[in-house]
Amino acid sequence: MSSSSPTDRRLGIVGAGKMGTTVARAAMSAGYDVAVSGSGPPERIALIVDVLAPGARAVTTDEVVGSAGIIVLAVPMHRFRELPRDIFAGNILVDAMNYWEDIDGVDKELATAPLGTSVVVQQRFSSARVVKSLNHLGYYDFEESRRPAGLAGRIAIAAAGDDRAAVAAVLQLIDRLGFDAVDAGRLEAGLALQPDGPVFGVRHAAGELSELLWAEASSA
Amino acid sequence: MVNAVNPQDIEFGLDTFVYASVDGSGRAVDGDVVIRNTIEEAVLADTVGIDSFNIAEHYRPEMMDSAGHVMLAAIAGRTERIRLGTAVTVLSTQDPVRVYTNFATLDAVSNGRAQLIVGRGSLTESFPLFGFDLADYEELFEEKLDLLTRLLRDQPVTWSGTFRPPLTNQYLSPPLPEGHVPTWVGVGGSPQSVIRAARYGLPLMLAVIGGPARRFAPLVDLYKRALVAYGHAPLPIGMHSHGFVARTDEEAVAIQWPYWAEVFEGAAAERGWARPTMERFQAEIADGSLYLGSPETVANKIAAVIRQLGLSRFDWAYATGRVPHEQRMATIELYGREVIPRVRALLAEPSPEPAFSSAPATANLGAASVQQ
Ligand SMILES: NC(=O)c1ccc[n+]([C@@H]2O[C@H](COP(=O)([O-])OP(=O)(O)OC[C@H]3O[C@@H](n4cnc5c(N)ncnc54)[C@H](OP(=O)(O)O)[C@@H]3O)[C@@H](O)[C@H]2O)c1
Repeated sequence: MSSSSPTDRRLGIVGAGKMGTTVARAAMSAGYDVAVSGSGPPERIALIVDVLAPGARAVTTDEVVGSAGIIVLAVPMHRFRELPRDIFAGNILVDAMNYWEDIDGVDKELATAPLGTSVVVQQRFSSARVVKSLNHLGYYDFEESRRPAGLAGRIAIAAAGDDRAAVAAVLQLIDRLGFDAVDAGRLEAGLALQPDGPVFGVRHAAGELSELLWAEASSA
Repeated sequence: MVNAVNPQDIEFGLDTFVYASVDGSGRAVDGDVVIRNTIEEAVLADTVGIDSFNIAEHYRPEMMDSAGHVMLAAIAGRTERIRLGTAVTVLSTQDPVRVYTNFATLDAVSNGRAQLIVGRGSLTESFPLFGFDLADYEELFEEKLDLLTRLLRDQPVTWSGTFRPPLTNQYLSPPLPEGHVPTWVGVGGSPQSVIRAARYGLPLMLAVIGGPARRFAPLVDLYKRALVAYGHAPLPIGMHSHGFVARTDEEAVAIQWPYWAEVFEGAAAERGWARPTMERFQAEIADGSLYLGSPETVANKIAAVIRQLGLSRFDWAYATGRVPHEQRMATIELYGREVIPRVRALLAEPSPEPAFSSAPATANLGAASVQQ
């Protein structure tokens, strides 16, 4: 495990699917050193990583965790419990997962989580510093929308978490990946970022995104 | 530079979900009538020169496509030429033995015109219905694809797996001629699925149901590199998208919009997606996955994507949602008589810009699809 400083440009990604490779590509173009893992041995995802995120390294999940202070978790929600409880100890863990009954099947705990699914993820990985983020845009919206700071039409991504230093690090990551970053508040505010929430799946500029989240928070 | 695939060899297919439609006055049409109407649509498709007719598989109140192979057999009896297939067969929740017997029989009934696209399905209602666990999503598809390709390629088959009883020296009737039934793998954007198609040496069908098709270009590249890595010869690549054609762009928008909005309202409510707006609809038409408008507009857009991705097959899901039968018929007629000839002509012209990638010319997709 390593810590994350403002000059640290290392990112770990667990999950080499649609979302994981999209984030990997964005991070590579932002100058990060990127390590990616799937559920199997690295050989199984080597070609995928090589073609879809050239320059990123295909490694084991243990190696991903050791490679960076910030880890993006982008596996299907019904599979996150396969990962050992303490594997992310001390890491900033960006929970990019969404619970979809269509994909994940019926999961009572996730379907009814009153404070959002990221709170469940935090309970599972209690020694990690969980931040909910990178989940509320589809992967191709993410891909097509990222652009350098200051460019017109830049859209925003929000982050929610209880560990404020972790949130700050993720806000910086979001900016470097090509989006304006919005602090959504505590981890349970991540509820507003989920499917069915007021901001999910739509491209918003930072101002609109903050307003929608603020409106949601004050009506809750 | 011309497209690497001979324009005459490109397969232009129609795909349908057999949506329960309304009639001209907006009243719901009974499901049995919808099914017979769909058979008429396929017969018309054959008449106007469309290459294949492919039926999806769902188990939902708004779609009548739960047993497409039965409809395909009826269509076979009334047509001579058009290929008859699925888009897609949700293989994860089917028994490959039954898929084989159904489609080998369809192949006989139709004199060799049966084809398949198999996939995991993006709607997953078939899992609880048939007693499968969504958690086995990956494993189910892998195992069933393995068995299906074995049955299609070299019988007798001795096989064992987790989800069905083993087979020992099993022959299935009817036997198939070599290379039948061509089987494509449908993928929705998952790189793992692309790799799997390459690993089995099966042609790739990209389902582009939102956003611009160019985002699939890296997957095309991945597929080609994976074919090389697995030691397979180049194989065809196809694409499926939705659309509607009418005499003018305005007319096509006016007819399709309310039904499209209805479908996506449903999906928004059920799946937590963003609600449909006219803006999004227009964006999908302008630079996204909808091939909608006048014959000229639609032909230009199809020709461009065929060049861009190096496609050998383009499947068009004609008319989304409860569009009435008469308007479906009109759209099929325009598609066959005007759009397809125009696309072929456009592709015969030199390309305005270098193609993104080139696929091999495949004179016989059937033989290429299921290799030994
Ligand atoms: N798709 C989107 O547009 C989008 C947008 C935002 C957020 N998300 C969220 O991101 C997550 C991933 O979605 P996706 O669309 O990328 O799915 P996907 O294409 O199916 O990819 C899932 C990836 O997770 C890996 N994986 C599964 N179990 C694992 C484990 N125990 N350890 C390590 N890796 C594992 C899979 O690897 P193997 O193949 O090796 O099993 C695969 O590479 C989901 O929670 C989704 O809700 C998706």
